[in-house]
Amino acid sequence: MVKKTEKGLYIKPIRSGTTIDHLPAGTALKVLKIVGKAENAITVAIRVPSRKLGVKDLVFVENKTLNEEQLAKIALIAPNATVNIIENNEVKQKIHLQTPKEVHGILECINPNCITNKENIPSKFYINEQGMAKCHYCERIMTREEYSVRIRV
Amino acid sequence: MLKGSGRKNFSFSLTDVVSISDFGRADIEAVLEKAAAMERMPREKKLKLLRGRAVASLFFEPSTRTRLSFETAIQNLGASVIGFADANVSSVKKGETLSDTIRVVSGYADIIIMRHYIEGAARLASEVSNKPIINAGDGANQHPTQTLLDLYTIKKAFGRIDGLTIGLLGDLKYGRTVHSLAQALSLFDNIKLAFIAPDELAMPQHIKERIAHKVSFEEHAELSSVLSELDVLYVTRIQKERFADPAEYERLKDRYVVDRKALQGAKETLKVMHPLPRVNELSYDVDSTKHALYFEQARNGVPVREALLVLLKDVRKW
Repeated sequence: MVKKTEKGLYIKPIRSGTTIDHLPAGTALKVLKIVGKAENAITVAIRVPSRKLGVKDLVFVENKTLNEEQLAKIALIAPNATVNIIENNEVKQKIHLQTPKEVHGILECINPNCITNKENIPSKFYINEQGMAKCHYCERIMTREEYSVRIRV
Repeated sequence: MLKGSGRKNFSFSLTDVVSISDFGRADIEAVLEKAAAMERMPREKKLKLLRGRAVASLFFEPSTRTRLSFETAIQNLGASVIGFADANVSSVKKGETLSDTIRVVSGYADIIIMRHYIEGAARLASEVSNKPIINAGDGANQHPTQTLLDLYTIKKAFGRIDGLTIGLLGDLKYGRTVHSLAQALSLFDNIKLAFIAPDELAMPQHIKERIAHKVSFEEHAELSSVLSELDVLYVTRIQKERFADPAEYERLKDRYVVDRKALQGAKETLKVMHPLPRVNELSYDVDSTKHALYFEQARNGVPVREALLVLLKDVRKW
């Protein structure tokens, strides 16, 4: 469950827990926020060489599985990330991330004059195939880059 | 199908008029058809259509044209109007949330017309009110009744909307009117759009993407390069309030001035439209030409708004 370099490992394998691989470089810290304050050990690698991506980030969380909301949030930032659940040094489950078509209460609207930023109501966004998010209320469209820093954690 | 009428009977499927994005072509056609019927209907008959009903007109932001044409429509239909033209006189000033204001008013009125300075306010209102909401403008977002009256004006002038070449000129970046109109026109067949604007005020990418597969469009920096092909020229004001930098506004404000001279070489049948108010972009010397359609356009606000009130009068969402 770990990428080896000629001389060794960038990141130590975990016995059990969750590995999040193939994160676009620069997204690991956002993913950490989503994973939250775990009581468990978390290891992070930033900008390590990757055959698939050139460079990538990795996050390994020990003894913890992620809930659906956390997975949905990660899918918003990194739809092509690989998430594996590890048990006793083996991959027990590969999770295929899917960008949700609709998200409720997860994203903050970029538009300061949007009703969701004025009144206490949950936000609602529609995500299209290109990964653009449209606000249900003010109809403003955000790019992935814009909304990946506006995920409520 | 209406017996013997020969007309198509389009059905209106919406319970609120919040955004032009919610409209299908049949919904639009239903509104245009009903608006034409309202124009033909004798005054006395029209007065009975909403008799005994109350329509709320909530203007959290000032407006002249939109509010007056709605209130005219309400009175033409025999309904009474309740509401305010200035949020300072409502309990919003006491800190009441929009959701609460709307819930309360939906207990008094059969239909709620609302203009608000916050984007998305109308959508929220439609979710908390069991009576229909008509959005009369929510900040810089949507103003669907303007789009419907624009379409009605085009249809009335040409007898059709399909197949026309329509130029949108001016502030295409911030102008919500042109965004909604372009979107609505993309529901019709064989429409050609020409976006005429300086680079700084060009049609936003997300609007172009939304209509790209449905309608053909070209972008032009000068009106003269496309004028002779146009059936409709829709002129918009460059809005001072949208510019963070006043110098930028000064530089662009007189970039396009549509006057008689600028219209030389246009088709005889070209119609010039403008949502009004105008500043410098549309000269008074166009008013007396056969091209001028903008006052007629403003007048059409009344039958279109009457049509919406009639189509929504019996809606109860829960």
